[in-house]
Amino acid sequence: MLIQYILIIAIILIELQTIRKFRSNIVSRREFLFWSSLWVAIGVVVLLPQITVFLANYLGVGRGADLVVYASLIFVFYMIFRIFARQERMEKNISKIIEEIAKKGK
Amino acid sequence: MNLFVIIPAYNESKIIAETIRSVKSLYPNVVAVDDGSADNTFEEAEKAGAVALRHIINRGQGAALRTGINYAILKGAEIIVTFDADGQFEPSEIEKMIKPIRDGECDITLGSRFLGKNKVPFLKNWILKLAIFFTRAITGLKLTDVHNGFRAISAKAGMKIKIRQDRMAHASDIIHEIARLGLKFKEVPVTVKYTDYSIRKGQKISGALKIIFDLMFK
Repeated sequence: MLIQYILIIAIILIELQTIRKFRSNIVSRREFLFWSSLWVAIGVVVLLPQITVFLANYLGVGRGADLVVYASLIFVFYMIFRIFARQERMEKNISKIIEEIAKKGK
Repeated sequence: MNLFVIIPAYNESKIIAETIRSVKSLYPNVVAVDDGSADNTFEEAEKAGAVALRHIINRGQGAALRTGINYAILKGAEIIVTFDADGQFEPSEIEKMIKPIRDGECDITLGSRFLGKNKVPFLKNWILKLAIFFTRAITGLKLTDVHNGFRAISAKAGMKIKIRQDRMAHASDIIHEIARLGLKFKEVPVTVKYTDYSIRKGQKISGALKIIFDLMFK
């Protein structure tokens, strides 16, 4: 099906970018392995959607596609939460640095 | 008693010197915190004789107050007054703000525009009333005003209070801290002058939504 080709191309492009980011040391090895295995897993699901049907039936979700949507949503929200928490910490650290610079020598 | 007046300022070069001079004529220790202004607020503050601290980038009024308060404590302040830069407050009213603390009556005093005889602009009035209601629901503290920049804090309380909000929500944050720490507080009627300048420079109505967002998610 056409959708499979489109998704596979998209996944390959994203994986290539992940590799580039790893090579230029923007992401760590751990992060690289995590994201790469995620993209591979998504690729497998795209090519063999039957897997999700089996899993969905086992979990009692109904359709395989529904299971994918549920799982993705949880993952995305969790990621947003992580990014949010990290950004907050960064903001606090920046303020702390700015405060110290302001007080220095006064 | 060793008193420090903290004035956070962001792009207030037109009026900061005047505000500082009027405070300094009564209280010598004036600390202006320039919160990364694009104009020459910092230079004006220094020229007017304040200790000027500079945030090299803008971090928000909460962060500026934190810098000022921590600096004052470092310099041995016993009472810290927070004061707006835009000329809305009367320096002569600092005395009645610090008196209850000096007398050991309470740890912190909060200025209230609604206890005094002030003409608060219509919409601002209603938004503040709503904020007061929410603050009461969350903290159980009965206050008549919540986002007033005029406060006096004993150094002891200043060390305990943790302002976590960098931006405008710090005002609610301070009240939450009063409730959490069980500090003794008192509201003092203050004059708030709504000049053309202060209205233009002051918080827009949309700011209220930002504050609510910050309080819920930060």
